[in-house]
Amino acid sequence: MKSEQQYIELFQQCRQLLSSQSDVVLDALRDEAFRIFKRIGLPDKKAERYKYTDVQEAFSPNYGLNLNRLQFRINPYDVFKCNVPNMSTLLYFIVNDAFHSKEYPNAKPSGGIIISSLNEAAHLYPDLVSKYYGQIVRKAETPSINSEGGQIIDGEFVPLRKNNEPDAITALNTMLVQDGLFIYVPKNTVSDKAIQVVNVLTSTVDLLVNRRVLVVLEEGAKAKLLFCDESMSDVNMLATQVMEVYAGPSSELELYELEETNMKNKRFSNLYVQQHDKSKVTLNSISLHNGLTRNMTYVSLEGEESVINLYGGVIADKEQHVDNHTLVDHKVPKCVSNELFKYVLDDNSVGAFAGRILVRNDAQKTESQETNANLCVTKTAHMFTQPMLEIYADDVKCNHGATVGQLNEAALFYMRQRGISLDEAKLLLKFAFVGEVIDKVDLEPLRDRLHYLVEKRFRGELNKCSGCRLC
Amino acid sequence: MENLKQEKNKLVREVADRKYEYGFITDVHTDIIEKGLNEDVIRLISARKGEPEWLLDFRLKAYSYWLTQKMPTWPHLQIPEIDYQAISYYADPTAKKKDGPQEIDPELMKTFDKLGIPLEERLALSGTAVDAVMDSVSVKTTFKESLREKGIIFCSISEAVREHPDLVKQYLGSVVPYRDNFFAALNSAVFSDGSFVYVPKGVRCPMELSTYFRINARNTGQFERTLIVADDDSYVSYLEGCTAPMRDENQLHAAIVEIVVNERAEVKYSTVQNWYPGDSEGKGGVYNFVTKRGHLRGADSKLSWTQVETGSAITWKYPSCVLSGNNSQAEFYSVAVTNNYQQADTGTKMIHIGENTKSTIISKGISAGKSHNSYRGLVKIDARADGARNYSSCDSLLLSDTCGAHTFPYIDVKNDTGIVEHEATTSKISEDQLFYCNQRGIPAEEAVGLIVNGYAKDVLNKLPMEFAVEAQKLLSVSLEGSVG
Amino acid sequence: MLEIKNLHASINGKEILKGINLTINDGEIHALMGQNGAGKSTLSNVLVGHPAYEVTQGSITFNGKDLLALKPEERSHEGIFMSFQAPVEIPGVSMVNFMRAAVNAKRKYLGKEPLTAGEFLKIMREKRKIVELDSKLSNRSVNEGFSGGEKKRNEIFQMAMLEPTFAILDETDSGLDVDALRIVADGFNKLKTEKTSALVITHYQRLLDYIKPDFVHVLLDGNIVKTGGPELALEIEDRGFDWIKAERAVKNEE
Repeated sequence: MKSEQQYIELFQQCRQLLSSQSDVVLDALRDEAFRIFKRIGLPDKKAERYKYTDVQEAFSPNYGLNLNRLQFRINPYDVFKCNVPNMSTLLYFIVNDAFHSKEYPNAKPSGGIIISSLNEAAHLYPDLVSKYYGQIVRKAETPSINSEGGQIIDGEFVPLRKNNEPDAITALNTMLVQDGLFIYVPKNTVSDKAIQVVNVLTSTVDLLVNRRVLVVLEEGAKAKLLFCDESMSDVNMLATQVMEVYAGPSSELELYELEETNMKNKRFSNLYVQQHDKSKVTLNSISLHNGLTRNMTYVSLEGEESVINLYGGVIADKEQHVDNHTLVDHKVPKCVSNELFKYVLDDNSVGAFAGRILVRNDAQKTESQETNANLCVTKTAHMFTQPMLEIYADDVKCNHGATVGQLNEAALFYMRQRGISLDEAKLLLKFAFVGEVIDKVDLEPLRDRLHYLVEKRFRGELNKCSGCRLC
Repeated sequence: MENLKQEKNKLVREVADRKYEYGFITDVHTDIIEKGLNEDVIRLISARKGEPEWLLDFRLKAYSYWLTQKMPTWPHLQIPEIDYQAISYYADPTAKKKDGPQEIDPELMKTFDKLGIPLEERLALSGTAVDAVMDSVSVKTTFKESLREKGIIFCSISEAVREHPDLVKQYLGSVVPYRDNFFAALNSAVFSDGSFVYVPKGVRCPMELSTYFRINARNTGQFERTLIVADDDSYVSYLEGCTAPMRDENQLHAAIVEIVVNERAEVKYSTVQNWYPGDSEGKGGVYNFVTKRGHLRGADSKLSWTQVETGSAITWKYPSCVLSGNNSQAEFYSVAVTNNYQQADTGTKMIHIGENTKSTIISKGISAGKSHNSYRGLVKIDARADGARNYSSCDSLLLSDTCGAHTFPYIDVKNDTGIVEHEATTSKISEDQLFYCNQRGIPAEEAVGLIVNGYAKDVLNKLPMEFAVEAQKLLSVSLEGSVG
Repeated sequence: MLEIKNLHASINGKEILKGINLTINDGEIHALMGQNGAGKSTLSNVLVGHPAYEVTQGSITFNGKDLLALKPEERSHEGIFMSFQAPVEIPGVSMVNFMRAAVNAKRKYLGKEPLTAGEFLKIMREKRKIVELDSKLSNRSVNEGFSGGEKKRNEIFQMAMLEPTFAILDETDSGLDVDALRIVADGFNKLKTEKTSALVITHYQRLLDYIKPDFVHVLLDGNIVKTGGPELALEIEDRGFDWIKAERAVKNEE
């Protein structure tokens, strides 16, 4: 099966149309991305990076694309009820890949913060957008010689491992993308309210959506972002998302992602984070409900004394599939990375976690901690885990641990002795298990909401998305 | 106990200044066949060994499969291209010159003496029987007769093919089929000698069995094959040691070890691998690409792998266990040391199929110089393996800022009653410990040897005594020059 | 209230209890003494229905009900409480959520409405005082990071919350210093009503200075071999268990 062929043909046929519908900044990178995509194609399961998710199969059906930018007649504010209570946010919507232009009355960012359509921003601030758009990815995909293992063979340095191969999904997204979101927080500016972006997926026909997000925090800027994926229709949706995050020196970013879609949804998300001196970034993704999800996170620590916290919680059942692939690239000294991923797998669900910590030659005094813990609740659930340490510097402290197991029998009995039924005791232990990830959420209302959603999810009261009434 | 410790420390100090001490070449008439690999060569090897038709068939099938395969590129290793036509696949140092004397060349006996492996039984290490293999041929097997009295078969695999064809036919390739991987196919096509062990029902083997592998001839590859069968309720402890001369060119060693463990039987397999690692510039050394696997077929069976890997330019192997029998238990203890330009990608696979199966993995990686040392391991819990448990602990110690230490565990769990725990740490050798040793007058290099030995203790303790001492010496020697 | 008849029980196929007979009436406190391995903890685990133990013979009735037919949580609702010898730590489950789940499960069993959050927290505050349990502890996860003494105090606090009619104190004194022992024992005594009965398992007389038993039993090799009043505990404190073994050996010979 060679699923890439249809996308190659589509691109060749629609090249003009894509140009006519998008700004020149977005258009400028298409041809290069196309060359890469044509060369590498979509990965099969032999590709180490994609061994746990069948990309070929996911991309083989014939999806429609909204290349002509038809407006979906929907007002998300009317249908979306899934506000996080008690949290005053700047609320925005992206319908499929299009930024919803109608502003929520309260959503007025302050202090020069830009939150807008990516395509529009490219038009209004071409210099600003082109400085970052595609550049975070480019840097991530450029090999750096001599800072990692390898050998000089015939006078040429051959790295041991290709850390920087271009990614096919990112290339596809760059080829076809037409819009998405741009968030810009200027120097030393603090966004006082959290910025909430709801990605609404809706269509009447099977649809491929390519969404692009660019987040730039200049030096000393601070922001909290919450992305919620919601599905509002019952057709097959395939969404690719490439998010580029630039965290300038001493900036602070908290980025939360909550997925609440349905079984017919396939999500391929590639998140590239570039951190500079003393920046602090916390990423926390919770997969509550989905079809097939593949999240790739690449964090490049470019500046000393940066901190990255990378957390994820997954609850899956039925035939759901969640694959988190992370790479934290310690390029410079004195950075800290903490990683915690927890999965609860029920029914026939499949979970995968591959977490690579790469400590390059120059990255002395690195501290890194990685934990992956998983609960398989049924015999037919399947967990793959691969916590990897790749270390080329000697003055480091790195630990990782992974467990797959069940609920603690002694704890279950203790609870039953106190009169709590076996089922209830199991639920309490499951909340507690996932709760560790949710407790890492700094925004208190969001934390409470997540605890509530997780509890509902485990009680089977959360069949599809909790907020919308459409499905 | 204290004495023993002092004795060990003395040994460590003694060897601190020594280099690879097994790098000499034995001057002995060796019958080497022409370089190159094709069907005729395989027929020739088979004919030299006087093999039956079925074995030739097995070799040819493996060869034609090998031709369809490419060498995999997934390991964390930089392997220069290997020219399989530039290798001679059979070298027999025991071959008699037509006009020469007909007994074993005394040079051969001397070689093994020099390696500390006397082949005369009266001089032997107490309680150890040895099968000595040089290049492609078994030179001598000691204590064969006294073991035979207990029904234990311990001989070279060539002899086993002649004397016990049914046993060999039943088990050969049953644990590692020739289609298993690229090097398994190559070995199955061209394997020369190796050891065969059969321990009958209910017999506890009274002595350690050991095979000593020596590469001597130039431009040859060693492709030995070991097959160990422990029948119901039996016990055997098996040791393997290896060395090679210092040569500037690389030599390929692609072996297969198959172990069958039947009901309630127990097998311990210990390796001290000290193939020539190449010089400090990375020139020469052995490529050690080995497939080792045990099949715990019977209920309540046990298999334990212990390996100390200090040699070889490139080590690429995963001694593994397939736990089919209910309640079977498997262990893997490993110390892998890399220095200079050495590379290692080693670990294990624990495949849990039977109920209540249990496995333990303890791996200690030590990297120095410009070397790369990777642990790679798979723990798989099958849907049938109710109540399976695994505990893995993989630690890496870094002795320089130019080396690499990597951990690639793969965990696949398909069972809701299984418990798998994996933990790993990577850290630098402790400055405090080093300084403490220095203050007590122990020079840096020796201190590193001591600390590393302490770090590897959990694994070294699993080795039989004589081997443990040997292994400790090796650890220190291997790290020589690693302190800047 | 509790009647144990010819109870045989085993774990992993090994018989530990070999025909226990014991009757405990309302308001009585029974102490059970014996050396390690005599079967003391097996008896307490069987009473609360630990799944690892198998009852092979005999019966237990509790207030007229067949106890062995009830699930562990039902036994709890019926009024049986065990203070565990080594209370398990349950990370991530807060004491508040845990206790609320327990209290409301019992109320549901008894056909009562669940407590509101406010009512529940009020009760929790009151009961905490009984064992001088710091409010910080009740905000933490169940037993997580508690010292040995805090864990035992927490057990008695839970007893206060659940108001059992029959309490099993399984070596509650182990690992406690004198002050902690007094607090725990005082807590228990405050909670004890005329109706409450208890089985106190201990190695030492010390605990019995604070919790006065009506009867003292000695368990040896899966059987109750001697029963007496409080003075028996003092005698054991003085002379150990060997004389009882010897006495029994003589009896067996006869």
